[in-house]
Amino acid sequence: MPSPTIDLRVERVSRRFGETRALSEVSLSVLPGSVHALVGENGAGKSTLGRIIAGAIQPDSGEVVIDGEPVELARPRDALERGIALIAQELALVPALAAAENVLLGVEPRRIGFVDRRRLRQRYRTLAADAGFELPEGVPIGALPVAQQQQVEILRALARDARLIVMDEPTARLSAAEAQRFHATIRSLAASGRSVLLISHFLKEVLEVADTVTVLRDGALVSTGPTANHSQAGLIEAMLGRRLTAQFPGRRPPSAAARDVLETRGLTGVGFNDVSIRVAAGEIVGLAGLVGSGRSELAHALAGAAPILSGELVVAGRNRRFRSPREARAARVAMIPESRRDQGLFGLRPVRENVSIANLDAFTRLGLVDRRRERDATGSALERVHVVGAADASVLTLSGGNQQKVLLARSLLLTPALLVADEPTRGVDVGAKRAIYELLVELAAEGMGILLISSEMEEILGLSHRTYVMRSGMITAELAGSAMTEAAILAAAFATPATGGRVA
Amino acid sequence: MKPRDWMSRERVRSGAIVMPFVALFLLLALVSPPFLSGTNLTNILDQQSTFLIMAAAGTLVFVAGGIDLSVGAVHALAGVTAAQVTLVAGPVPGMVAGVGAGLIAGLANGIIVTTFRINALIATLAVSFVVSGITGLLTGGNLIVILDQADFAALARTDILGIASSTWIMVVAVVVFAILLARTTFGRYVYAVGGNPEAARLAGVPVRPVRLATFVMSGGAAGLAGVLIASRVLSAQASSGQDIAFTVLAGIVVGGTSIAGGEGAVWRTVVGVLFIALIGNGFNLLGLDALWRQIALGGLILGAVGLDAALRSGRR
Repeated sequence: MPSPTIDLRVERVSRRFGETRALSEVSLSVLPGSVHALVGENGAGKSTLGRIIAGAIQPDSGEVVIDGEPVELARPRDALERGIALIAQELALVPALAAAENVLLGVEPRRIGFVDRRRLRQRYRTLAADAGFELPEGVPIGALPVAQQQQVEILRALARDARLIVMDEPTARLSAAEAQRFHATIRSLAASGRSVLLISHFLKEVLEVADTVTVLRDGALVSTGPTANHSQAGLIEAMLGRRLTAQFPGRRPPSAAARDVLETRGLTGVGFNDVSIRVAAGEIVGLAGLVGSGRSELAHALAGAAPILSGELVVAGRNRRFRSPREARAARVAMIPESRRDQGLFGLRPVRENVSIANLDAFTRLGLVDRRRERDATGSALERVHVVGAADASVLTLSGGNQQKVLLARSLLLTPALLVADEPTRGVDVGAKRAIYELLVELAAEGMGILLISSEMEEILGLSHRTYVMRSGMITAELAGSAMTEAAILAAAFATPATGGRVA
Repeated sequence: MKPRDWMSRERVRSGAIVMPFVALFLLLALVSPPFLSGTNLTNILDQQSTFLIMAAAGTLVFVAGGIDLSVGAVHALAGVTAAQVTLVAGPVPGMVAGVGAGLIAGLANGIIVTTFRINALIATLAVSFVVSGITGLLTGGNLIVILDQADFAALARTDILGIASSTWIMVVAVVVFAILLARTTFGRYVYAVGGNPEAARLAGVPVRPVRLATFVMSGGAAGLAGVLIASRVLSAQASSGQDIAFTVLAGIVVGGTSIAGGEGAVWRTVVGVLFIALIGNGFNLLGLDALWRQIALGGLILGAVGLDAALRSGRR
C-alpha cells in the first residue's frame, strides 16, 4: 500500500505530435496535499502534460518521478496503480448505469463471480459520505446534471485510492454556483492530503483555489510558483507573452433614438415563462443566470428553433411567431448555438461550406450553388472575423477560437438585425476571447442588436450595456449602469443563498 | 495516417478506390486479351447500368445519414407493375407506372423514417418484405411475359452509337444524381443533414424534407432500374431482391461513401460498383472459381469500411 500522499515530479518532459511540438522540456513538481493549477492558451500543452502524468500518453523524453522513483507510465492503468487518476474534459461514464455502479465499475465487490450488490452499495455510500456528496441513487447517471456526473467521476477516482487527481477543465460546463461548490470539493480533497492537478481556463478560479500555478506557453514552461505571487493580469501576460491592454474593448452606448430590434411580452415556452425583454439596435444585452435557468431555451425560441406557447415576439417592429430557424433567419434573427460541436459545425466539411450553409439561397442559381459568389462572400466574412487562409480546410482542424469565429462568420452572412450569441467564448483561449469581444462590440457599433448569453460573469459585466438575469425560466432582474454588479447578478440568479443545498 | 484537412482526406478516399480500380483494369488487360475488347467493356457497363442507377441514388441516402435496403424489392415491384400495366394499357403507361411504383415505395420509406422516426435500416428492411409480398400478390407467383411488346423493349435495347439505350439512360441518371449531390444547394443540405442533423436544423436546413427526398429518389431510381430490366428481358417476376440490395450497398461502401453519413460522392460510387464488376468479370475471363469472388468481395468491403473508420478517427 503506497503512502496516502504523493510526491510527484515531472522532469524535462517533451512530446511531439507529428510536426507539432506539444511539450518541450517541461519540469514541475506537485506537492502532497496541494492544488496545482496548469494554465495557458489552447494548444499550450496543458492537457498533454496532464495526460502524460495520468499515463494516457507517453513522453518522447524526460521522466515522471513518483515518491523519488522514476516510473514508466505506459498505460492509464500504471498511473492508477500508483494513485493517479484523470478526469478528462469529456466525462467517461456509462450513462445507463447508476452512480454506485459507475463509481465501482471494474472494481465491483464480487462473490463467486457475481457482483455483490449489497456490498457495492455499502462501499459506495461510505465513499460518498466521506466526500460529502449527496447523489440520487438508482438513477441512471445520464439523467443527472453535469455537476453531479463530475462528482461521480471524483468518487470513482477516490474508489481507486487516488492520491493525485488530474482534472482537465472541470468547471467549463458548470454554472457559477456549481463551480463554487466544486471549488470547495477541490479544497477538501487537498485538505485530506490528496493532490489535485487542475487544468483551467478560468484565471479567477485558479487564483482562488490553487496553491501553486504553472504557466505554459507553446509547450514550454513560463513560470511555476506559489499562486500568491500572481495576479490575473500577470497570468494573462505570462500566457500570452505580451501585455493585454484591457480584457474588454471599450463600449459605446447605443444612441438613445435606437429602435428596438427585439421585444418580447410575456413570452412562454418549454423551459421559460412570462419573459419580457427588449434589445435595441446597437445594444449588447447580457442574459445571465445559472446553466439550466432557461437561457438557452429562450435563445432557441427567439431563433425559431423551439416553439413559443404564448406571449408576443416582436422583431424590428413586427409581430412574429417563427415556426422554424429558416423563418427566423428571413426576419434577420441569427443565433450562435451554445455547443459549437454538437449544434454548430459540420466537422467533416470544409470551413467555407460551414460558413455558407445558412445562407445558400443567396448563392443559388436554378438550384445550383454559384461557387464563385459563395467563395467571395464567405471569404469576406472570414476576413471580417480574422480567419484567413483556411477556407478549404476541414473545420475541425481549426482551433476552438477559430471554430467559434466560423460560426460568427456564418451569422454575419445573414446580416442579422438581432444576433443571439449563446456562450460565444466557451472553451476558447484568452487571445481568441479578446478577438471575439472586439467583433461583438464592433457589430453592435454598426447597429446590430446582440443578446449575449454567458456563464462568465466578467464577460457579462465587461461587454453588455444592460443585463437580464434568469432563474427557473423567469426574468428576475434587469440591471444597468452602476446597478449592474456581480453581487446583484448573483443575488438574482439564486433562489436561495448557496448553502451547499441543491439549486435547481 | 492522419490526414489533417478536408482536401487531403478527400484525396485519400478517392485514391483508395481509383488506384486499385486502375491497377485491376490494367492487370486484366494484360493477362486476358478479350477483356479489352469493346464488346466486353460495353457489356460490363450495360450489365451494371441498373446497379449504377440505384447506387447513385443510394449514395445520396447514405450521405444524408440513411440507408435503403428495399431497392431490390422495389425494383422487382416496379418491373412487375410496368409489365402488368403494359399488358393492359401499353408500354408508355407501363413505364410510367413502374417508375411511379418505385417513387411511391420510396415515399413510404421516407415517411416511415422521417415522420415516425424509425431507424432507416429496420424501416427499409420491413418495407422490402411488404413490397415483395405485394409483388407476389400482383403476379400470383407467375412470370409475367410481355414478349410481344417491341416498343417496351426499345427502352433498354435500342442501339445508339453502338451502345445500348439502357446504358445511356444510366449515364444520364448518374450524372443527374452526381450534380445534385455535388453542385446544388440540395446537395449541400444532404451533407449537412447527414453530418450533423441538429446543427443543420439550427442553420435553417429543412432536415426532414431533405432526408425524405433522398428516399424518394432512391425509390424512383429502383423503379427506373426495374423498368429497364423488364424492358431488357421482356418479363418480370416477384423477388425479394435482397442480393440486389446488398450488391448496391457494397458498391456504395467500396466507393468510400461513409456508412455514418455526411461524406461521400456519386462518382466514387460508380468506380466502386465497376470495381466489383471488374472482379466478377476477371474471375470469369480467367476461369477462376466463383466462390473466390465472394471471398474477395467480402474482404474488399471490410477494407473499405476499415479505411472509413480510420479516416474518421483521424480527425480531432
